[in-house]
Amino acid sequence: MASTVGVIFSSINDESVPELTRARSMASIPYGGRYRLVDFALSNMVNSGITTVGMLTKNNYQSLMDHLGSGKNWDLARKEGGLILLPPYSDESEILYKNRLEALKGATAFLKKAKEDFVVLTDSDSIYRLDYSKVIEYHISKNADITMVYHEHELVKSHYYMTLNTAKDGRITGLEINPAASGIKKNYINVMVARRTYLLRLVQDAIQHGYTSFGRDILSPGVKSLNMYAYKLEGYYASITSINAYFNANMDLLNKNIRNEIFGDRDVYTKVNDSAPAKFLSEAKVRNSLISDGCVIEGEVENCILFRGVKIGKGAVVKNCILMTDNIIGDGCNLAYVGSDKNSVIRDGRVLAGCEIQPYFINKGSLI
Amino acid sequence: MLRKKECVAMLLAGGQGSRLYALTSNIAKPAVSFGSKYRIIDFPLSNCINSGIDTVGVLTQYQPLVLNEYVGNGQPWDLDRTFGGVHILSPYEAKQDTSWYKGTANAIYQNIRFMKMYDPEYILILSGDHIYKMDYDKMLNAHKNANAACTIACMQVPIKEASRFGILNTNPDGTIYEFEEKPKAPKSDLASMGIYIFTASKLYKYLEDDDKNPESEKDFGKNVLPAMLNAGEKMYSYRFEGYWKDVGTISSLWEANMDLLGTVPNFELNDRDRVIHSRSPLAPPAFVEGEVVNSIVATGGEIEGKVVNSVVGTNCVIEKGAEVSDCVLMGNITVKAGSKLNYAIIDEDVTIGENAVIGEPIDTAGKLEGKTSGITVLGRGISVKKNGKVPAGEIVDKNV
Repeated sequence: MASTVGVIFSSINDESVPELTRARSMASIPYGGRYRLVDFALSNMVNSGITTVGMLTKNNYQSLMDHLGSGKNWDLARKEGGLILLPPYSDESEILYKNRLEALKGATAFLKKAKEDFVVLTDSDSIYRLDYSKVIEYHISKNADITMVYHEHELVKSHYYMTLNTAKDGRITGLEINPAASGIKKNYINVMVARRTYLLRLVQDAIQHGYTSFGRDILSPGVKSLNMYAYKLEGYYASITSINAYFNANMDLLNKNIRNEIFGDRDVYTKVNDSAPAKFLSEAKVRNSLISDGCVIEGEVENCILFRGVKIGKGAVVKNCILMTDNIIGDGCNLAYVGSDKNSVIRDGRVLAGCEIQPYFINKGSLI
Repeated sequence: MLRKKECVAMLLAGGQGSRLYALTSNIAKPAVSFGSKYRIIDFPLSNCINSGIDTVGVLTQYQPLVLNEYVGNGQPWDLDRTFGGVHILSPYEAKQDTSWYKGTANAIYQNIRFMKMYDPEYILILSGDHIYKMDYDKMLNAHKNANAACTIACMQVPIKEASRFGILNTNPDGTIYEFEEKPKAPKSDLASMGIYIFTASKLYKYLEDDDKNPESEKDFGKNVLPAMLNAGEKMYSYRFEGYWKDVGTISSLWEANMDLLGTVPNFELNDRDRVIHSRSPLAPPAFVEGEVVNSIVATGGEIEGKVVNSVVGTNCVIEKGAEVSDCVLMGNITVKAGSKLNYAIIDEDVTIGENAVIGEPIDTAGKLEGKTSGITVLGRGISVKKNGKVPAGEIVDKNV
């Protein structure tokens, strides 16, 4: 494939799920029992043959660094290239970047140093499988300046979103930011491809003009002035636009087809942790759930995602819950529609319930 | 600073493991799967790193492909080091004095240069076929305090089983006055665990002497240890208390797997103070829909059938209506709908067709007379066709 470098925005959209990003970035939100959201963007890159990846960070990125380490779990601990953390860059005036364009400014040194021809920009708030080399091929075949990837689904209004209109040949004919419309739209998924030198020029130019928004100041006017094409992502796509979306995206994994689509090839990489295999004791009753290593189950579990090291006490009944790493659920507890962040302890006999449209969320390290 | 290591471990991993039959047809015994996500060699390697020993030579000979691939650069055990770390030591050719490893002592002898590279004070000799957690550092301290030439780890075994082991006859202070390899009439119930610490200079000397002796079988238990004792060297016993199991036979391998089950198992894997490290596979958490009781299940499973008293390895698929009881499923196994598996060990990459019947329930099969105690064994990579049947106690390494 054409030589390509990746850039991942690890912290854009953090405000969509304040419950989960209090002490971490979007990229390091736990997902699916043993993963972090960033694993999908990173694995997609590695599986597309990209071996140089810049990770743009903002604040509270300790948990992300802890997860990524040297990058060896993604085969990105390299002498040449590999995974490179790009901490917030600030010159005399600014403290932290406030938008995508300012964030990209922090990546210019990285992008200048890279030798690759193309660059893929992605966020880390979504779950999907995509071979970026196919997008690059498409980009080359269209002789495009910019290629934006979209997914067709019912429009979800978050704090910032874009929809595309395209011509038959894939050319982007319209781009709307935060449209009030509803229904099935071509939703831009914040995956973009360009030539590396071209992107650098765009960013440089935008800085000189004092632009602040990549979408409003570059992409939107670009529909007329640039050669912009759209690439359609087929298959499963979920984006963590709210705590409900987070719940649903996890629960989607209980669907066999989605599970196979995402994990069937066993090539989503993540940090490895040497937990013992999951243990089911003689009174365990488990239905339709994902159970990670290190779990010890004595009670009843139904429609749940249990992360590593979760303990379900005797006689406890846990339904429709997402319990993150090392949660301890006491004997006789009754939990429904509960999302519990890491290391929480629910004492014996507690009854906690949210509901389908409003899950009850417990902060990291709580004792209830 | 002087580049040296206080203690270097040498792990004997070359044995064929012929008493495991089909399970070791094409892989070395230490590479056999154990406890749903591990391989046997994870235990000594994890013990080393958990005891502060970061230099390990792994001596391979028999069918080393899977083992070499698995150990790799040692990263899963934190044994990828710039000085030290894990090294695979295969037999090699030189102008003279080398050949296939002829016995445990000869294997170590042929790698004296490797050990000397680290200029160690002590050498720890380990076997690659035991399941246990042990702090070798405590044993090393005992060795130093006793000022011994050799310290042998041992544990009490039931006296009626003692004739299966190397038996140590000791004085009240722990020194050994006699060493008997599989005695018919054992005088003591202290069995050698095959774990030795030698003062390095002594080891080199006795290995060199042993090599010159044409009568020697080049074996630690039969030759080197008795020779040291006869020469009046100080031999010391180190008592180990805790779980230890030689998994050299089909039934002991099955039992050791079963020892992992239950609220308070005989052998606890879920121990955050002494983590057993392994090369973890890339797979999502296990999906569980069926009835899973008193069992352990590794990642990547799709369990829709019934699993009772069993150990289920990575990426196993157990379809709806299938029933697995008292079994060890090693990994990458598909059990199709309606199959019944009882009292069996199923090696990796096996597919079992619809409505197949493998083995017999433990209460009937366990009473069968036979060389392997009624446990049914299916070897690596085979398929059992739809409605196929494998009788209790059979060991199968071809498609049926």
